[in-house]
Amino acid sequence: MRSIRAAAVGAVTMSFALALTACGGGSSSGGGSNDSPKTLTYWASNQGASIAVDKQVLQPELDKFEKQAGIKVKLEVVPWSDLLNRILTATTSGQGPDVLNIGNTWSASLQATGALLPWDAKNFDKIGGKDRFVDSALGSTGAEGKDPAAVPLYSMAYALYYNKQILADAGISKPPATWHELTADGKKIQAKGKTTLGAEGSNLSENIHHVFVFAKQHGADFFTSDGKPDFTNDNVVAAVKQYVDLMAKDKVVPTGDAEYAQNQSVSDFAKGKQAFLLWQSAAANLKSQGMSEDAYGIAPVPVQSGTPGTGAQVNSMVAGINISVFKNTKNLDGATQFVKFMTSDDEQKILNKAYSSIPPVKAAQEDAAFNSPSNAVLKSTLATSAAALPQVASESQFETAVGTAVKDLFADAAAGRAVTTDSVKAKLEKAQQQMPAA
Amino acid sequence: MTATALEEPVRKTSPGAAREPRRRPGRLRRIGLPYLLLLPALLLELLVHLVPMVIGIVMSFKELTQFYIRDWGTAPWSGLDNYKVSVDFDAPVGEALLHSFFVTVGFTLLSVALCWLIGTAAAIYMQDTFRGRGFLRALFLVPYALPVYAAVITWVFMFQHDNGLVNHVLHDQLHLTDKPSFWLIGDNSFYALLTVSVWKGWPFAFLIVMAGLQNIPRELYEAAALDGAGMLQQIRRITLPSLRPVNQVLILVLFLWTFNDFNTPYVLFGKSAPAAADLISVHIYQASFVTWNFGTGSAMSVLLLLFLLVVTGVYLLLTSRGRRTADA
Repeated sequence: MRSIRAAAVGAVTMSFALALTACGGGSSSGGGSNDSPKTLTYWASNQGASIAVDKQVLQPELDKFEKQAGIKVKLEVVPWSDLLNRILTATTSGQGPDVLNIGNTWSASLQATGALLPWDAKNFDKIGGKDRFVDSALGSTGAEGKDPAAVPLYSMAYALYYNKQILADAGISKPPATWHELTADGKKIQAKGKTTLGAEGSNLSENIHHVFVFAKQHGADFFTSDGKPDFTNDNVVAAVKQYVDLMAKDKVVPTGDAEYAQNQSVSDFAKGKQAFLLWQSAAANLKSQGMSEDAYGIAPVPVQSGTPGTGAQVNSMVAGINISVFKNTKNLDGATQFVKFMTSDDEQKILNKAYSSIPPVKAAQEDAAFNSPSNAVLKSTLATSAAALPQVASESQFETAVGTAVKDLFADAAAGRAVTTDSVKAKLEKAQQQMPAA
Repeated sequence: MTATALEEPVRKTSPGAAREPRRRPGRLRRIGLPYLLLLPALLLELLVHLVPMVIGIVMSFKELTQFYIRDWGTAPWSGLDNYKVSVDFDAPVGEALLHSFFVTVGFTLLSVALCWLIGTAAAIYMQDTFRGRGFLRALFLVPYALPVYAAVITWVFMFQHDNGLVNHVLHDQLHLTDKPSFWLIGDNSFYALLTVSVWKGWPFAFLIVMAGLQNIPRELYEAAALDGAGMLQQIRRITLPSLRPVNQVLILVLFLWTFNDFNTPYVLFGKSAPAAADLISVHIYQASFVTWNFGTGSAMSVLLLLFLLVVTGVYLLLTSRGRRTADA
């Protein structure tokens, strides 16, 4: 009898416990507080060759911050494949980190969810003011006319990495400055049994970064000035076709690259199989794969004709990582303090050196390390010929829809099917129909 | 499962309770006790299954886009709009969903048929005792025991165009194709997906059929052999009819699992599957997570749920009627 009663009591208690935990789920309407001032959770993006490398780079800096501010930072490095989903889940549940890294192209999309702390003048003052940052980097922190949703942390730009030995063997004296030169060089390189250029045909983001630049070079944009998708514009179609034609018609990108999505093209380059690589801040990655710094050179990404500049001479997106504060944080002051620490001149130098990126903080850029010949190319690209991806709320949908269209076109090219203006236009039309109506 | 396990021992004690009819409150308490003990399981069931399902259904009537996900309550009601978009087969979203639905149906039918066929054949061959039978049985179960993610990643490596094992064997060694094929993009992706799905699914069919076979009395076969029935006759007249109830459940379970499988296509193809292998689970995932429109995604999920409910219902109705006439 006693045991039965005990069981009954147990059952009832457990039921109540369950009911309570069920109701105790996240309330998502909060706006940040200072309830737990001694700890912070930080989601870092994967910048190094692996997550372990990131932990090695960041942990000593976090320890430094703990000593200075007395706040312990719990670090989690989130792989790129998961980061956006994790942020979305955190946004819907209201349970997330205090501070997080975001890909700068997501700024406007995430800004629209209202999950990130807006950086108004008052908040910017807490970290030393907006003037400390380079303009091009600030252009990728949210929709125009709104307070930025993030602060620039690392800046990167695309460049043309070339294998010196392969070029010498093929009798090429200098890296190509135009696409025409690149395809001409490709014939000489392929005659020597090497491949010319790598691409990540199944990586949606990579596809977007490249067709965006090609569109700029054709004088076109994927969005109208009032933010409506305009994917089937003749110049956009021509731009996308030119990129896919590098495989389909010019045959400088091997068909096998159509299924690449895990940075295999970087490995092909590092192993000396391939002459050119279009990549952002690849130095640290190449080094970790055993390629010596003397073996390759860095040149600006080719243009249609002439030299890189603004307008149709753009040759890179403004690539980079921003740091944001999650609006639901329980340690608002600490989070702001941490952003101030991460964007301080000293930390900017240390971190950007480790990740072979360029500091978006003006004062930190002065450091000699960022004036080496290779970094000079990246720096001048960022300063003179890089453009920010569209800062519209539907940017992340655009990446998926158009990125998939380009992936499918690469699959067609790889299978030997013709890639024509009509087939490109049809794919882009389908992509445009998938975009949200708003 | 839990419910019956909890109920059984309690019922056994009830004759004892009947012996003392005078103590009514005590009796009441004992009758209530089983329900009380069921309460935690019931609440957990509610929490894990029903509540999310209801929330999903509610979401499907809301315009839950990126502008509202931070605070669901503020998302405006959209009536049947999400459903209209999903089933408007002339517009791109509905057309894509319908295409994905047909791909999934074709894929599921093929996969279930092959899983069942291979599993049953293997189980029948493994019935006779021979040296190494235990080892083979264990070996056959390996694909089922491996973690899905690790197993499918291995398949991704094997299906690679440049360095994959599949192309190495088919093209380099056997010279069956003119040039190396693409398996992870384009039209071949359907066969890649089917291969992995069958490889992963048949051991389960094997396991269940093997268990079912243990219940068929040996004498039936002996009698049949005396009557001059050959191997095929025995399988057709004894094995398959005896396995009927087992197969009935097995095929339903395989169908539901395969139709809803998310891990295999997601690990094979990532966020955007090729059109030829665009299974509905990944399609819905993409409609909600990648385009950040959870309302439409939920509406599609509800439609899928309804479809599977109807299929399951009709299947159970047909098979149970068939069994009743067979029993009669």
